[in-house]
Amino acid sequence: MSILDQVNLNDNAPVTARTARPVLNQRSMARFALYVLAVTLTLWIILPLYFITASAFSTRDALYDWPKSLFPNPISFDTMDFFLNSRGVYSSALNSLIVGLITLALSLLIGAPAGYALARFIFPGRDSYKLLILTTRAFPIVILSIPLSVTFLNFGLYDTLIGVALVHTALALPQTILVTSSIFVAVPNELEEAALTLGCHRMSAFTKIVLPMALPGLAAAAIFAFVLSWNEVFAATILTSQNRTLPAQVLGSLSNSSLPLRYAGGFVLIVPSLLFILIIRKYLLNMWGRVVK
Amino acid sequence: MSLKQEPEQALKTPGQAGEVALPDFKRRRRRFNYTPFLLLLPATLFLAIFFLYPMLQSFIIAFQDSQGGFTFDNIDTMVKDTNFGDALKYTLLFIVIIVPLQVVLALIMALVINTGLKWAGFFLYIWTIPLAISDLAAGIVWYSIFTNHGYINQILIQLGLTQTPIDFLSFENPTLVFVAVVIAELWRATAIVMVILVAGLQVIPRAYTEAAEVFGASPWQRLWHVTLPMLKPSLQVALILRTILAFQTFALVFALAGRIMPVLAGEAYKWYNDVRNVGVAATYALLILLLSLANTFIYLRFLNTKAEELA
Amino acid sequence: MKRYFPLGVVLTLLATLLLSACGDNTAAPVATTAAASATTAAGAVTTAAGAATTAAAGAATTAAAQANAGDIVWLSTQLSAVQENEGFTKNVLNSFNGKVNYIQKDNGPYTDQILSEEKAGKVTVSLLGGLHGDFPPFIQNDLLEDLTPLAAKLKDRGIPQTFLDLGKMGTNKQYYIPWMQATYVMAYNKKALQYLPAGADANKLTYDQFRDWAAAIQKGTGERKLGIPAGPKGLYNRLLQGYLYPAYTGGEVTGFRSPEAVQMWTYLKDLWKYANPQSVSYEFMQEPLQSGEVWLTIDHTARLIDAVKSKPDDFVLAPAPSGAKGLAFMPVLAGMAIPKGAPNKAGAEALIDFISTPQTQINTTRQVAFFPVVKADLPADLAPGIKAEAAAVAAQSSAPNALPSLLPVGLGAQNGDFNKVYTDTFTRIILKNEDIKTVLEDETKIMNNVLNTAKAPCWSPDPPSTGPCQVK
Repeated sequence: MSILDQVNLNDNAPVTARTARPVLNQRSMARFALYVLAVTLTLWIILPLYFITASAFSTRDALYDWPKSLFPNPISFDTMDFFLNSRGVYSSALNSLIVGLITLALSLLIGAPAGYALARFIFPGRDSYKLLILTTRAFPIVILSIPLSVTFLNFGLYDTLIGVALVHTALALPQTILVTSSIFVAVPNELEEAALTLGCHRMSAFTKIVLPMALPGLAAAAIFAFVLSWNEVFAATILTSQNRTLPAQVLGSLSNSSLPLRYAGGFVLIVPSLLFILIIRKYLLNMWGRVVK
Repeated sequence: MSLKQEPEQALKTPGQAGEVALPDFKRRRRRFNYTPFLLLLPATLFLAIFFLYPMLQSFIIAFQDSQGGFTFDNIDTMVKDTNFGDALKYTLLFIVIIVPLQVVLALIMALVINTGLKWAGFFLYIWTIPLAISDLAAGIVWYSIFTNHGYINQILIQLGLTQTPIDFLSFENPTLVFVAVVIAELWRATAIVMVILVAGLQVIPRAYTEAAEVFGASPWQRLWHVTLPMLKPSLQVALILRTILAFQTFALVFALAGRIMPVLAGEAYKWYNDVRNVGVAATYALLILLLSLANTFIYLRFLNTKAEELA
Repeated sequence: MKRYFPLGVVLTLLATLLLSACGDNTAAPVATTAAASATTAAGAVTTAAGAATTAAAGAATTAAAQANAGDIVWLSTQLSAVQENEGFTKNVLNSFNGKVNYIQKDNGPYTDQILSEEKAGKVTVSLLGGLHGDFPPFIQNDLLEDLTPLAAKLKDRGIPQTFLDLGKMGTNKQYYIPWMQATYVMAYNKKALQYLPAGADANKLTYDQFRDWAAAIQKGTGERKLGIPAGPKGLYNRLLQGYLYPAYTGGEVTGFRSPEAVQMWTYLKDLWKYANPQSVSYEFMQEPLQSGEVWLTIDHTARLIDAVKSKPDDFVLAPAPSGAKGLAFMPVLAGMAIPKGAPNKAGAEALIDFISTPQTQINTTRQVAFFPVVKADLPADLAPGIKAEAAAVAAQSSAPNALPSLLPVGLGAQNGDFNKVYTDTFTRIILKNEDIKTVLEDETKIMNNVLNTAKAPCWSPDPPSTGPCQVK
């Protein structure tokens, strides 16, 4: 209930507060409940993250202690040090970053126009097209990579970062197309039409009206593409040999490594994605308010 | 068929504005319009080369015997395998239980964010984090929580709720293991649904809900009659994607349930990596593909009828 | 303007992308440069080294070891754990005169990389490392060089004939040269000793005493502290093939459904009652040993080493228990092979030579918990954990009732299916509680099918067969 009271009041917190407080005390109660809910959810998400971080900075003996300590005591950088200094971590991290960014760029460039087409136009084969895209994501990557590796070898794409990025783009495209399409569908068509009647060219109507409004969706799609690429292990393992990405280098060996290194590796793998989401996060929010005003 | 719902959606939403858009589309349909095809061309070419072609080759692998002839042997082997029945059962069970829970949870999260409470950006950020965590890493974290000498047992003992550690991951108590997997999956994979819904909510004009409020609609009514119908395209996408992805994950189930809860994707990987029988692995892949598509249809249907009832 | 930031990022990236894409064909700016130049360099070395070998055919091995062997890509399924990989590449391979790029991959991607490279005729790998069971797919497709001359050259290293024979994979060609060996031993926490049944010697247990010990531990502590590595990646299939089956029936295959086998499965069901219920997800026993969840277990030496290395005073290693037919144990063998069309074959041969020297073998043992396959005396200054493992392994193989059980020979592509018979039988009897005799009958049919397809004759300790090995 508490959430619903607040639904769609959007970001103008001061306005809400001004109108709400004098009217009903119930509102501030609801608001309080809302915060309780938000904090509870946050704790639920954060606790496992805390455990992995604390474990990554514990001494190896402390990890096996029973009874267990819930805080790293003493804090130790030993396993992190070992992990970060192990062979190929930095070069593979750089590889992952490059692959991730290429994937992001390609999937938005190729996917967003397709998403727009699916949202705005009715044409024969539109529905089957959607289904076709979905099959991409519905087919296990491992199996897909086997025939691809021979093709890639023949075309000189094997063991190249571009090659991996191309496959990751293929994997990211369905989400990019569908997510952007769902956003374009919801951008009121009349706004675009209005822009057109006001003499805007279709292209400038798109860049001036539709694009800014679709920014949250594009940001979401960008996050998905990057994170997918960053964490993808199967295609990256099968299609590379010497130019490996970080997950291909590390993720597979994590489950075979001793416990302290698993935590260190798990922690290291998360951090870059966290930074990336931090950068892109603000585009997810509040776009409507800005555009309309 | 069911997918056809969306163009109408495009016309009708937002609200009653459909009439404004309709003539325009009619006009465009009369003279053949190449624009959509041009827009779709790059994506289509791309998927054809990097996906369709290898997928067709995988089909060949699935139906080819060692001499290169046509065979159903791989299907036979797959169906008769000891783990096949369990894998099918658990995969479907996980999806039927986890995906709806995730959508509800994600919707709650997205609505909380959308109230524009203070630190909304902070909450959103924290809640998005699991998105960045691979299922393998998530498996490691949650195993350390649920294992016999793990964090939960430590906390329970410190609170005096139990004397000896509880076996959450015991093969003797599959229900408990199942619940553990559900909790871990909710933690790991709700974020993707939430992000789609948050993005979807951002596009809904405030004017509509404000108008509804002016006309005296209760919060529930606003949610059911304004917000949810307008969020339908995003909900649909979130459901479809989440379901399809759920068919693919196995590392987390492996980590928590070990050998007792086989899932289809895990079996495909085992046949590929451990048994080294790519034919059967490809057959599993094919089955996963078919089930994903079937499930997609079911979800679409379900969502559409729901929306029509509401309208 | 700010809101167009992502768009800007995207466009910049597109530019980089186009640049790097074009670069692929010409100068290659991004990380592809390294790969491209590495390949050319390797190619150049191949020709040079190749010429050298032809010129100085039959030259002394030391000569080959002295010359720089150039760049060698070594693809391997072994040493996947970060710490092993680090130890091996930084402290063993560094003293080789040549640049070795050691790449570790799981069995599936490993096999497919070689199969694909051979199919496309663009082999980048010069040396293959893997377990005995990792090589069959290559032999089936005739992708490996015959290393018989190299084996002859290495004769003075003293590699046991059994191991060299295993490397022939049931043919008369030397497909792989033994690299290192390991086995499975018992490990226990010293705290468990107080529950050891009266009259039992922890170093000479029978399987019945092993079970009674596990039962006594449960009675004493209230917790089931016997661990069995039965997780998805656990190696319990080897415990069945190389330990329990031979100990009870005297063989791995022929007695698969014998009365002794029924007795063995009945025993295992009994033993399972005292096993930690998380055993179905245990893969490496060193973790539950260190956390204290498990006090008693049997596992691969490389999967126990972390525990004995970090706390040599807490854990003890001992030979596996024995059954009516003796103390059965399975030596695990890793080997090195050269794929046909290897870009640096001479370098790979030099590397095999280097790896097989006693000094390198001992160094390898220091870094990873695998043991020498050549004649090499382990020095006294080994780390306590490694020392303890070496002692347990020696005690196991030199026990008076020792019954060495070999890895499957000649199974070819059926290797995986053969393992699956054992794991499926385990799943059905132990986890699903199906009737032992019915399951054994069912699985016998599958097993005989597998063996017929492979046309594999029986291997030790099963008695030799004329045709394909069959369950009696």
